Amino acid sequence: MTVIGKPLPRIEDPPLLTGQGRFLADLQVPGMLHMRVVRAPVALGRLGEIDTVDAAAMPGVVAVWTAADIATLPPVDFRMTRIAGLEAYRQPLLARDFVRYVGEPVALVFADGAHAAEDAAEAVFCDIDEMAPRLDPADGPGAFPTTDEPLSGEPATVTKAYGDLDAAFAGAHAVIEVEARVGRHSGVPLETRGALAVPGEGETLVLHGAAKVPHYNRDAIARMLGRDPATIQLSEGHVGGGFGIRGELYPEDVLVCAAALRLGRPVKWVEDRREHLMAANHARDQRYRLRAAVDGDGFLRGLEAEFITDQGAYIRTHGGTVTDLSAAMLPGPYLIPAYRATGHIRLTNKTPAGTYRAPGRFESTFARERLMDAIARRLGHDPLAVRRRNLIPAASMPHDRGIDALGTPLVYDSGDYADLLDRAEAHFDLGGLRAEAAARRAAGEAVGVGVALFVEKSGLGPRDVVHLRVLDDGTVEAVTGVASIGQGVETVLAQIAAEELDLPITGIRVVHGQTARIGYGMGAFASRVTVMAGTAMQIAARTLRDRALAVAAEMLQSPPEALCLGGGTVIRPDSGATVSLAQIAAHAGDGLFSEGVFDADHMNYPYGVHIARVRVDRATCGVTVERYAVAYDVGRAVNPMLVEGQIVGAAAQGIGGALMEEFVYSPDGQPLAASLADYLMPSAAEMPAVEVLIREDAPSPQNPLGVKGAGEGGLTAAGAAIAAAIDDALARPGLVRALPVSPDRLHRWLQADRSRGDVPMRRCAPKTI
Amino acid sequence: MTEKRRIVLTVNGTEHAIAVEPRCTLADALREECRLTGTHLGCEHGVCGACTVLVDGAAVRACLMFAVQAEGRTVRTVEGLAEGDRMHPLQRAFQEHHGLQCGFCTPGFLMLAAGVLEETPDIDDAGLREALSSNLCRCTGYQNIVKAVRAAASEMRR
Repeated sequence: MTVIGKPLPRIEDPPLLTGQGRFLADLQVPGMLHMRVVRAPVALGRLGEIDTVDAAAMPGVVAVWTAADIATLPPVDFRMTRIAGLEAYRQPLLARDFVRYVGEPVALVFADGAHAAEDAAEAVFCDIDEMAPRLDPADGPGAFPTTDEPLSGEPATVTKAYGDLDAAFAGAHAVIEVEARVGRHSGVPLETRGALAVPGEGETLVLHGAAKVPHYNRDAIARMLGRDPATIQLSEGHVGGGFGIRGELYPEDVLVCAAALRLGRPVKWVEDRREHLMAANHARDQRYRLRAAVDGDGFLRGLEAEFITDQGAYIRTHGGTVTDLSAAMLPGPYLIPAYRATGHIRLTNKTPAGTYRAPGRFESTFARERLMDAIARRLGHDPLAVRRRNLIPAASMPHDRGIDALGTPLVYDSGDYADLLDRAEAHFDLGGLRAEAAARRAAGEAVGVGVALFVEKSGLGPRDVVHLRVLDDGTVEAVTGVASIGQGVETVLAQIAAEELDLPITGIRVVHGQTARIGYGMGAFASRVTVMAGTAMQIAARTLRDRALAVAAEMLQSPPEALCLGGGTVIRPDSGATVSLAQIAAHAGDGLFSEGVFDADHMNYPYGVHIARVRVDRATCGVTVERYAVAYDVGRAVNPMLVEGQIVGAAAQGIGGALMEEFVYSPDGQPLAASLADYLMPSAAEMPAVEVLIREDAPSPQNPLGVKGAGEGGLTAAGAAIAAAIDDALARPGLVRALPVSPDRLHRWLQADRSRGDVPMRRCAPKTI
Repeated sequence: MTEKRRIVLTVNGTEHAIAVEPRCTLADALREECRLTGTHLGCEHGVCGACTVLVDGAAVRACLMFAVQAEGRTVRTVEGLAEGDRMHPLQRAFQEHHGLQCGFCTPGFLMLAAGVLEETPDIDDAGLREALSSNLCRCTGYQNIVKAVRAAASEMRR
């Protein structure tokens, strides 16, 4: 039976299509209180008295809390990439002594209804002594005010290096520098965040609204509240999009738990969109300066990179993750024998930043690919020829960079980068696209084509587990600790089980995100689910099949190797006798329970090519993406329709990040993109048809399925490809040095170019981009 | 403003006698009072369209309309799209063409598309893209939503 590789429709769709989904806001329990968060109205200030008297007296209000009410609760700790020195910058659950960004939780109102809680929150008054905020991390390390001496605004730098950089520069034919900046974006899932904590018998607690990493969050909440993790259960319902930002442990998640326990009633919190845009993790917002030592033929002998991550006001659960990944993944698909990257983690008075789909790769790919274009331009080579000259050859795989990423050795496991580039060039008729664009330019249009290459990473370990059991009706139930954020987990895992068990995928029920059902789970991030849980599923399904045949052998009086399993039945071909999986499971007594465990200490590395054709309106400086193409080698596509869906959806976010999306702040630190009318995301009108070429030429040798993650690569090189296409459209190589290329920014660059002539990029101060 | 008024909402052919404050939006009334939670709230300021329902056959943002304004009018939500167990052609096409991922925006897109196709069954591709640009989806990149609606349109014309 071949189920893996088929574009099957998803088993999770019917409830979502009929209005029967159960998203967090849909849940109601008797006696429920509603929590409303009072948020800081200014970007930086000394926090004085908080007057809660009027609010507490309003109808329906049960309690009003400030930091004083939760003085014993610690700040939210790091889940990943813990770097020494970051601890002092963790976010308190409610602001203490200072407020450090607009939107920081300052007080909480608990009331009988959502309207009552919102009304009362308006009546909480915070006395804040405003201070001048710090908004530009390029100003220098800066300071992080505290009640004692201020701390440095640069708590850590991340350095990754290999090879002899000095020698590379000493012998260079040319040294080429570029600066590149990526704006402040975020995932902006269509469902805002929410949580519902329900206290139970004997001081137990169930937290609904879990996502991404339920098991980790259960343990973290237990630690923070000083409780046994066994008394806390996290439960995931339908989740309206993740993209890296949802499901991290936020102050609000812990606060609803603390409140439910202390007030003895269920507590529900659902943020509104304005809160979401000011309070959920921001991302990106990096600026790079790259310096390359190159040979006469464009070979990159050495690369020195310095960059700044605008971390926002606090360091949240991701610790140094984005900066770490940026430094590790910047070299991308190129050989680059000597390398040094220094990433500065700097704090500003903006919403704290974390990961957003392709974190550190969207940004570093933009910077690196801008550099490759600059090298080509300086040396008078074709941009693709320069890239080909530098690609890591297939014969060098696996390729050990000698540095690490997320604490795992950075070893590209498999890939033929040149081959994929060739295939993409042919499949999407790049020559034809370029010729057509040139002809249109000759006719007066501003049309251009851009190409960018990237390497992604996926399948972060260390482990995942799947438990299988046959239920009374013959359905196979798979319980796993991964999470579903809408990416099709149930279908993909069911396909892998169905392949082994010869069942239709509707015969498999996948349970995820329920800490009460399985003790271990790493969750859904870093494009890890298909790799880790998929492999654990394959192992579990094989074990279950072997057990089913062994038990059936006893029941049918035949050696197991003479039996066939298919369609939920074991048949003894010589006699025609059959027993169903349900009967076998009943005979076995334990539902044929099987466990699959998969461990991995390395990530794997999918890779791809993006091609964009854009048209620029010279009058308005608006950019239209006319065509978009992605070639992506994912090792093996379990469900190509879902892989394509991931790529196209990610490409939309990439196009948004390249052209539209940005959290802009006023000079006094007020967020100006606090609605969906101001934080612009692509609609169907802005999206071109996205063509996708899925390749399976380089299966991962690190798991038996050969799969690599498909969740992020549709985004990774979008900024780089679109930037190159805009340069090409306007015949201004190197023009685009910052994202998003909003019409006003593009207009400014063109004006500046006109008044100064074609100014080399390095003479532009970073602040002007 | 906080005094409740008694109104009757006719939703998917069923009358719901409810009491709401005048400031209560149609979306909140559908979700909280009628317990029809298929209508989702993504922004509550009229941009994302996740709350799109049909009022007297026209697609509206249920977050921008007060419940009291819907009295005496016919409201249709995603819960009323299927006929019993048989899904609407749009629902089937969304599944067939992978027109949803997280599914949060899906009810809004289904109702938007239902309204558009009822009004203009033979809408052309440009018109359809334009109409579907009313709503936001953060997962799919819209490609499969457009594909699904086009497929449903041709099935519904048959």
